[in-house]
Amino acid sequence: MGDLVWIFFSSMVVNNFTLMLFLGLCPFLGVSGKIDTALRMGAANTFVLVMTSLAVWVLNSFILTYTPYLRLIAFIIVIASLVQIVEMVIKKLSPALFRALGIYLPLITTNCAILALAIFQTNRNYTLAEGLVFAVGSGAGLSLALVLMASIRESIELADVPAVAKGTALVLFIAGGLSLAFMGFAGLLSSS
Amino acid sequence: MPELSCHASMMTTSKGTSPRQDLTKGFWRENPVLIHLLGLCPTLAVTNSVANSIVMGIATFFVLVSSSLFVSTVRRWVPNEIRIATYILIIATFVTVAEFALQALVPDIYKALGPFVALIVVNCIILGRQEAFAGKNPAGRSVLDAVGMGGGFMIALLIMGSVREVLGSGTFLGVSLFGPRYEPWVIFVLPPGGFFTLAFVLLTIAWWKERQAARVKAAEPHGLAAAERAA
Repeated sequence: MGDLVWIFFSSMVVNNFTLMLFLGLCPFLGVSGKIDTALRMGAANTFVLVMTSLAVWVLNSFILTYTPYLRLIAFIIVIASLVQIVEMVIKKLSPALFRALGIYLPLITTNCAILALAIFQTNRNYTLAEGLVFAVGSGAGLSLALVLMASIRESIELADVPAVAKGTALVLFIAGGLSLAFMGFAGLLSSS
Repeated sequence: MPELSCHASMMTTSKGTSPRQDLTKGFWRENPVLIHLLGLCPTLAVTNSVANSIVMGIATFFVLVSSSLFVSTVRRWVPNEIRIATYILIIATFVTVAEFALQALVPDIYKALGPFVALIVVNCIILGRQEAFAGKNPAGRSVLDAVGMGGGFMIALLIMGSVREVLGSGTFLGVSLFGPRYEPWVIFVLPPGGFFTLAFVLLTIAWWKERQAARVKAAEPHGLAAAERAA
């Protein structure tokens, strides 16, 4: 139990996917303009992360033990088809949720956070429960970073920024500041 | 804010460009990282030292050039509906090759790069070039294009890696630059330094572009007057 709690907090804040490991930067820089969309993107990502974690566990325990060299190819195919299936199921079961997630669902396939989760889970030999907790924690971390960034961007929208710094450069400066703040969590690891 | 996704049809295709332009456009004018902001994850994650940047650059370059060559060669037989899946399969195959090669040749750096070698599969630059160029053009030009874009990626990684290693460790490729009395600016080799360095690089480029635009504007009246005189 203690292990699971540790995995959760480690993946959520100490090793935050976006701010400490630079994974999933495209949505972080691209769709962090509004808190509302940021939340939806975070939710969609968490959902796919959990599904991926399940699929990767099945692959690792039953198939890839015989063909380790097919690991990467198997992961990417499974993730791509998984996202497509999830998209179809959500479209059928809950059109409202499908509309809410919109373009973000298919975009997740090419999000490096998903493939990274599969690789981390394999390298660290997580069990099913550990893998799921890791996925939920990483998803929570991604959502946290997205929402923090979106709220900062919403509140500086009217700020007087020099023209050359507008756009990506400004967002990167904010991300650097957030990343600095998250470094403070590193102490949690050594003390536990 | 530019659209930051692979799905946006990115950059130019091949209309009306010479082979030489195919090659050189990626180096600077259409640099995939610095101008189009693609492939930012590896650009920020592995550039804390020059050696890491070089190895990552070479691996990505290899995957990009091989995939472009392969995709442009077989493009006639790939049905349009499953082209993306086919591209990803081809890319994943070459990434697996690169992964095993790095593991055997430079095990230390392979360990330092962590999951980012495998993550070359989802690098937007590679899939983007297959979709925008290699899927529509003959092999020769596709390879030229891939060499240009891969070179541009390497240039960007080198800029980032040099700045971060020199400021953050006071060394270049492990050689000490400032002597023992230099206090390293450690934050630059840590994650926040990646964000700050890229922000400064983008700022510099934006400032340089603006200055150039202003210069062109200032030069324009003279140009017009000269043209009128000539007429």
